[in-house]
Amino acid sequence: MQRHFDRDIEEIKQLLLRMGGLVEQQMMDSVRALLDRNSDLAQLVIERDSEIDQMELLIDQKTIELMAVMQPAASDLRFVATIMKITPELERIADLAQDVCERAIELNREPQLKPLSQLPLLADNAQKMVRESLDSFVRGDVELARSVIRHDDVVDQLTEDSFRSLLTYMLENPRNISSAIRLTFIGKYFERMADGATNICEMVVYLVEGKMIKHTHMQ
Amino acid sequence: MNEPKIHVKDFDFFYGASKVLHGISMDIPDRQVTALIGPSGCGKSTFVRSINRMNDIIPDARGTGTILIDGKNVYGRDTDVVALRRRVGMVFQKSNPFPKSIFENVAYGLRINGGGSKREMAEIVERSLRRAALWEEVKDRLHSSAFALSGGQQQRLCIARALAVDPEILLMDEPASALDPIATTKIEELIYELKSNYTIVIVTHNMQQAARVSDKTAFFMMGRLVELGDTKTMFMTPKEKMTEDYVTGRFG
Repeated sequence: MQRHFDRDIEEIKQLLLRMGGLVEQQMMDSVRALLDRNSDLAQLVIERDSEIDQMELLIDQKTIELMAVMQPAASDLRFVATIMKITPELERIADLAQDVCERAIELNREPQLKPLSQLPLLADNAQKMVRESLDSFVRGDVELARSVIRHDDVVDQLTEDSFRSLLTYMLENPRNISSAIRLTFIGKYFERMADGATNICEMVVYLVEGKMIKHTHMQ
Repeated sequence: MNEPKIHVKDFDFFYGASKVLHGISMDIPDRQVTALIGPSGCGKSTFVRSINRMNDIIPDARGTGTILIDGKNVYGRDTDVVALRRRVGMVFQKSNPFPKSIFENVAYGLRINGGGSKREMAEIVERSLRRAALWEEVKDRLHSSAFALSGGQQQRLCIARALAVDPEILLMDEPASALDPIATTKIEELIYELKSNYTIVIVTHNMQQAARVSDKTAFFMMGRLVELGDTKTMFMTPKEKMTEDYVTGRFG
């Protein structure tokens, strides 16, 4: 039976996906701004962040209204809980893309440090995780969600590798320190975006299976 | 988990040739609230009425299988049905006070069970009305007609009447479905209070009510027990697809 509720759920789902699309775009542009040393693009990403903030507020409002009116149960309840947990993760990922751009603009005021070592690879992996986390949500694909969660270890390792090679630049020449530290920050931002994707995937497993795997998958 | 208060095993029920309950097996825990939910005609009311043999009065109705209360068979040959119904009180959807005073409504069960001294009766009436959260509202008009009370008060009066004979189990068949939200809240609060002393089985169409008041929820459909579990689990992560469809309103 088609319920009025299903239309509301679908509407919220579409809003979340639109937000997810914007977040992916922000990530992509932040990487491009960094690699191309494009301060204009970086500035654009920073300005577009408020659009994502607005979407978060809208989704929160719609979800709370739905809870008030429909008193969801079972999979509906888990859907609502999942939305309430996923939305702030996406918003945070967008904030991190904004942070990347702020550091990129600062880097562009300094001589270029070459090469960026593992950072592009790290960014690639983080983007892939975020994209796949949203795919797993759309399709209710717990296999994909679990594979994204497992991939987080790879990103952690790349972050560590990136930090180590930046450390050698700093040891080589103290004039590199300022840029290398900013790049270390950026590495950390991507790592945290990947953490956000992991959190989203944990909620996808909860949504589909009713199992909370947060803080347990490491065991 | 202690011994269940009510143990049901392979219980079938028939109205004439038609079988309306199919092999119900479940344990109902002591001093907890168990809610029975399910669509109309699913057998939940028939089941609850089987526990104190209220169905006996229907011609051609019969049950087979086992219902034990504290290990004793409700359908045993030596069961004293009047004594059974004293132990297992019942409250119905439509409040049904007797055309008597508030006091006499509550005292009625005591009188037919042999009564007591005037003082004892007064004590028991007061205690019962207090337990039913009605005393403060009626203490100054105990001898006026029960029909002068509001619907919600009448329902609490029926609960007081059931409590007066000191039952162990309270069966409630849609006790709040004819009440406004405030009276409903009062009944629900009362159920919550009562469960420390009584084992309560409540039939309800209102799933949010089941979610609010019960510890265990049993979902019935077409005369079968589909799923029984902790209420929180039943409303968050039910195991059966049918339960899921019912609690989300997809059913039908």
